[in-house]
Amino acid sequence: MAGGSSINVLEQFELHPVLGGLGEALRFSQSPLYMIMAVCVVLMFLYMGMRPAAVVPGRLQAAAEVCYEFIHNMAVDTIGPEGTAFFPFIFTLFFFILAGNYIGLLPFSFTFTSHIAVTFALAMMVFVLTVIVSLKVQGLRFFAHFMPEGASPFLAPLLIPIEILSFLSRPVSLSIRLFANMVAGHVMFDIFASFVIMLAGFGVVGDVFAVGPIAINVALMALELLVGVLQAYVFAILTCIYLREAVAH
Amino acid sequence: MGVIKKMLRAGLLATVSGVSLLAVSAPGAYATGMPQLDFANPLVTGQVMWGAVIFFVFYMVLSKAMLPGIARVLEDRSKRISGDLEIARAAKQDADKAVAELQQARKDAMAEAQAHLDQVLAEEHKAAEQQMQEINARVTAEIADAEKRVAEEKTRALSALKEIASDTTQAMVQRLTGIVPDAQLVAQKVESASAHSTI
Repeated sequence: MAGGSSINVLEQFELHPVLGGLGEALRFSQSPLYMIMAVCVVLMFLYMGMRPAAVVPGRLQAAAEVCYEFIHNMAVDTIGPEGTAFFPFIFTLFFFILAGNYIGLLPFSFTFTSHIAVTFALAMMVFVLTVIVSLKVQGLRFFAHFMPEGASPFLAPLLIPIEILSFLSRPVSLSIRLFANMVAGHVMFDIFASFVIMLAGFGVVGDVFAVGPIAINVALMALELLVGVLQAYVFAILTCIYLREAVAH
Repeated sequence: MGVIKKMLRAGLLATVSGVSLLAVSAPGAYATGMPQLDFANPLVTGQVMWGAVIFFVFYMVLSKAMLPGIARVLEDRSKRISGDLEIARAAKQDADKAVAELQQARKDAMAEAQAHLDQVLAEEHKAAEQQMQEINARVTAEIADAEKRVAEEKTRALSALKEIASDTTQAMVQRLTGIVPDAQLVAQKVESASAHSTI
């Protein structure tokens, strides 16, 4: 705790080099470490689940298959027949974010999706991909999208900048949505946890009232479990929608 | 009380700081604001580099190994289900065919039996009719035979009657007249008399 007496709710987002000097030299903080852990958890889950490769699946295999089919349906239903090509990317994106969100909910752990650098990098990756796919599929007609069809040509000076701005703001909104949700959730955890410590300073009455913030934190955990999967879903479905626009002729 | 407070404080300290257990040293915050916005910190930008590498590896492992494996299992299952359905459909078709064949065979057998029965009946009928005709013919022949015999007998009797009548006439004439009549004349008279009255 910074300063010892006051509680710094932002301290949980600080990065610290792993393995001392080596981590510092490689810029390897706990954030990439948790990324590796998240990736390993997902891969282990899929590997363990699909190892029997049974015709009649067990629980774990059924869960792995549900994950596969959920993302596959989302990709194909949203993007269209071309969705199968982007499915592995959407799957990777969804489970990278989901595992990051959920591992961050464990006590003493770190949430790499609470860093704008990470979420913005993911959003930029999606943005660049959609631009590349758009240019490849539509060619120069891609730029025609910035002038809505049927609109009066007199409105063009107004509409075209707005369309370009809204297009360019996609990665910003995509990244800030995830980042802000994760930060807000973890800050709330911290604030209510700090209330417990504050109340503990008021003796027996404080101890009794401290049950309140703890109960709220339990409820918050349920909320964060929802937010974690919801934000991963939103990120993935928006990526699908952007890709559908990109592959549309 | 104090102990609980201290424990809580220690627990919260560990939670709030959120430091990975693997982090050996914590060189302290680089800035007073949000640590996420401290882009002067090489660790913040380092996340992007490492994240890109990790994401790429994750993507490669998933797209080359994991997801095709799951797709194969799902495809195998759907193939097997459709194959089983196909087998069941074929079995049903076979059963339907067998039932149809059975019904056809029953119909054929019934028709054959009916034909056989008709034939036997017709044969019996014909045989009976033939027998009847034979009997009729025999009876007719016998009747004709008998009638012929009766007629012969009658003719013979009648011829004998004429003889008797001639003899009787001769005798009666001889007795009455004492003359022996001419036999030929008597016979002629009897003949003509008998011709008037039929017996």
